Amino acid sequence: MIALLLRDLKLAFRAGGGFGLGLAFFLIVTVLVPFSVGPQSSLLSTIAPGVLWLGALLACLLSLDRLLALDWEDGSLDLLATAPLPLEAVVSIKALAHWLTTGLPLVLAAPFLGVLLNLPVPGFFWLVISLLIGTPAMSVIGTFGAALTVGLKRGGLLLSLLVLPLYVPTLIFGAEVARRGATGMETQTPLLMLAGITAATIALLPFASAAVLRINLR
Amino acid sequence: MSIAAKTNTLWEYANPRKFLATSERVLPFFWMSSLLCLVVGLTWGFFFTPDDYKQGSTVKIIYLHVPAALMAINCWLMMLATSLVWLVRRHHVSALAARAAAPVGIVMTLIALATGAIWGQPMWGTWWAWDPRLTAFLILFLFYLGYVALWEAIEDSDTAADLTSVLCLVGSVFALLSRYAVNFWNQGLHQGASVMRAAAVTGADTEEKVSNIYFYPLLLCIIGFVLLFITLVLYRTGTEIRARRIKALLARERLNG
Amino acid sequence: MTLTVTDLAITRGGIPVLEGLNFSLQTGQALILRGPNGIGKTTLLRTLAGLQPALNGTIDGAEDRIAYASHSDGLKPTLSVVENLTFWASVFGTHDIQPALDAFALNELSDRHAGNLSAGQKRRLGLARMLVTGRPIWMLDEPTVSLDKSAVQMFADAVRAHLGQGGSALIATHIDLGLDGAVLDVGPNKAKPKPIDDFDGGFL
Repeated sequence: MIALLLRDLKLAFRAGGGFGLGLAFFLIVTVLVPFSVGPQSSLLSTIAPGVLWLGALLACLLSLDRLLALDWEDGSLDLLATAPLPLEAVVSIKALAHWLTTGLPLVLAAPFLGVLLNLPVPGFFWLVISLLIGTPAMSVIGTFGAALTVGLKRGGLLLSLLVLPLYVPTLIFGAEVARRGATGMETQTPLLMLAGITAATIALLPFASAAVLRINLR
Repeated sequence: MSIAAKTNTLWEYANPRKFLATSERVLPFFWMSSLLCLVVGLTWGFFFTPDDYKQGSTVKIIYLHVPAALMAINCWLMMLATSLVWLVRRHHVSALAARAAAPVGIVMTLIALATGAIWGQPMWGTWWAWDPRLTAFLILFLFYLGYVALWEAIEDSDTAADLTSVLCLVGSVFALLSRYAVNFWNQGLHQGASVMRAAAVTGADTEEKVSNIYFYPLLLCIIGFVLLFITLVLYRTGTEIRARRIKALLARERLNG
Repeated sequence: MTLTVTDLAITRGGIPVLEGLNFSLQTGQALILRGPNGIGKTTLLRTLAGLQPALNGTIDGAEDRIAYASHSDGLKPTLSVVENLTFWASVFGTHDIQPALDAFALNELSDRHAGNLSAGQKRRLGLARMLVTGRPIWMLDEPTVSLDKSAVQMFADAVRAHLGQGGSALIATHIDLGLDGAVLDVGPNKAKPKPIDDFDGGFL
C-alpha cells in the first residue's frame, strides 16, 4: 500500500505529472474574480470565502480525469486488480495520493489567495480549517467519479457532470464554515456537518468506487 | 403452496417476453384512466373551484405543480428500487425500467420547476429564489442529467446498467444530504408542501370544507399523474426492451457472420 | 496445485464467445493457447485471472496465484526500470528484483526511464514484471510482440526456468517458443448461439 502511495506521489512530481496545475488554476481563478466583479474591497471581502471554496473545488475537479485513466490506459489497473491488494485499498490510496498532491496544496495556498480577495482576518483560520476538512471528501468523491468514467473515451466532461452534484453538500457546509468564520458567527454546526460528510465518504465511498472499477475492468 | 406460486409470479415479469405481453394488455387501461383523471381533475380544478381570496386564480397552477413535483421525487425512488432489483437479482427489465423512467423524471422535474416559477412570479415577485425546496429540485434535476448521460455514454448494456445503478444508489444518498444542506443554508420562502397541507398552503382559511374544495380535484390530478407516469414508463420500458433485443440480434448476427 | 477449468463458458460484452472449455494446467507445465483472431483468447485469460466473471463453469486453483500480463505493459514512462520493477515487487509482496533484471538483460538499462526505452525493451521490462510477482501461474497475452529473436529466446528461457521451479504458464501466442508445452486450440469451443426464440431475461 505504501508502495502504491509513493509511486503515485513520485509520478505526480515528475515531469508531466501535473502537480501544480491545480494550484495554478486556483490562482488564476482567484485573480480573475476581481476582474469580473470589480475591485471594491468591501464586495471582495464579502464573497472571498465562497469564491475561494469554489476555486478550490474546481481546481480539484480539474485533475480528476487523470486519477485512474492513466493506470487504465497502460494496463496497470489490470495488474493491480489481480494483486494481493484489495481494490478498495487501491482506490483509497489513489484518493489519498490525489489529496496530497492536489487538495493539500490548495489548502496551504488558500490563505495567500485570501489576501488578494481581502478576506477578513478572522476568516483565514476558518477558511484553512474548512478546506482542510472538506478537500479529502472532494478527493474521495472524485475518485468515485473517476472510477465510473474510467473506460470512456471522452470521460472528462461527463466526469464533471457526475461529480459536481455530489460536491453540493460539501461545498455548502464548507463554504458556510468559511463565511460564518469570516463574519465572526458561530461555526460549530456546519463544521460538524462538514466533518461528518467527510468521515462518512472516506469510510463508505471506496466500496462503491471499487465496485464500479471492477465493473469497468471486466 | 399458493403463497409460493404467488412469489414466483412476481418475478416472472422480469422476463422481457412476459413483461411485454402483460404491459400491452394493461396499457390501454392505464392511459385511458390517466387521461380521464387528468381531464376531469384539471377541468374541475381550473373551472369549478373558486379563486383564492389572497392568491386569486394563480392558485390553480397547484393542480400541475404539486403532482409534477411529487412524481419528480417518486420517479427517482422508483429508479432507486429498480436499480436495487437489478443489482441484486440481475433482471434486465428492472434495469431498463430505471433507464426508461429517467427522462420522464426529468420532464416532471422541469414541469415542477417551470410551474413553480410561473406561480412564484405573482406570489413572491420573483421567477426564481434560492429557496431550499427550489434549490433541491434543481439539484435533483442535475442528478437526473448525470444519470441519463452515464447511460448514454456507455456502450455495453450490462456495464451501463451496473454503473448507473451504483450511481443511482450513491446519488440518492447525496441528493438527500443536499436536501438537508440547502435547508440549513437558506431558510426560504416556500411553505410546507405535504399533500395534506397543500390546501392550507393556498391561503384558504382553517375551515376544512374550504380546503376540501381544492383538495379533491388536486387528489384526482395526483392520481392522474401517477397513472400517466406508469403509462409512460411501461411504454418506454417496452421500447427499451425492443431496442435491447435489436442490439442482441445484431450482435448475434456479427458473431455468426 | 493444479489449475482446473471445468465446462467454462465466457462472454465478451455480454455475448458468449467460448463455451465448454475443459482443461487443466499442472505444475511445471506450459499450455499454448491457440485460435483465430477474435475468438476470445484475451477474454479467456482475463476470466481466468479473475478480472471478469465467467458465464458458467468452474475455475479451481486460480485464486491469488495468477500473474496476468495483458497487451499493455503497465509501465510508467517517468519511472526508471528499477523503480517500475520495485513497485510491482512490493505490491506483490516480494523484494528481489535482481533475477528479473538478469533474466531479461535489463541491468545496463536499469536507470533509464521506461519512457526512453524502445518498444522491445519495454516489452522485456513488462515481462520481467511476471518474475517479480512471485506468482506460480503466468498468464501471458501475446508476450512476444515487438521482441527480437534473442529477446524471444530470453523469454523462452525465463518461462522454462519458471516451469523448472514448479510454476506453470498459459501463453496465447502464434509463434513457436520451443517450449515442449501442450497446445490448447480453443477454435472448436466457439460458442454456438442459442435458438432465436429462446429470448428471455438474458436477451441472448
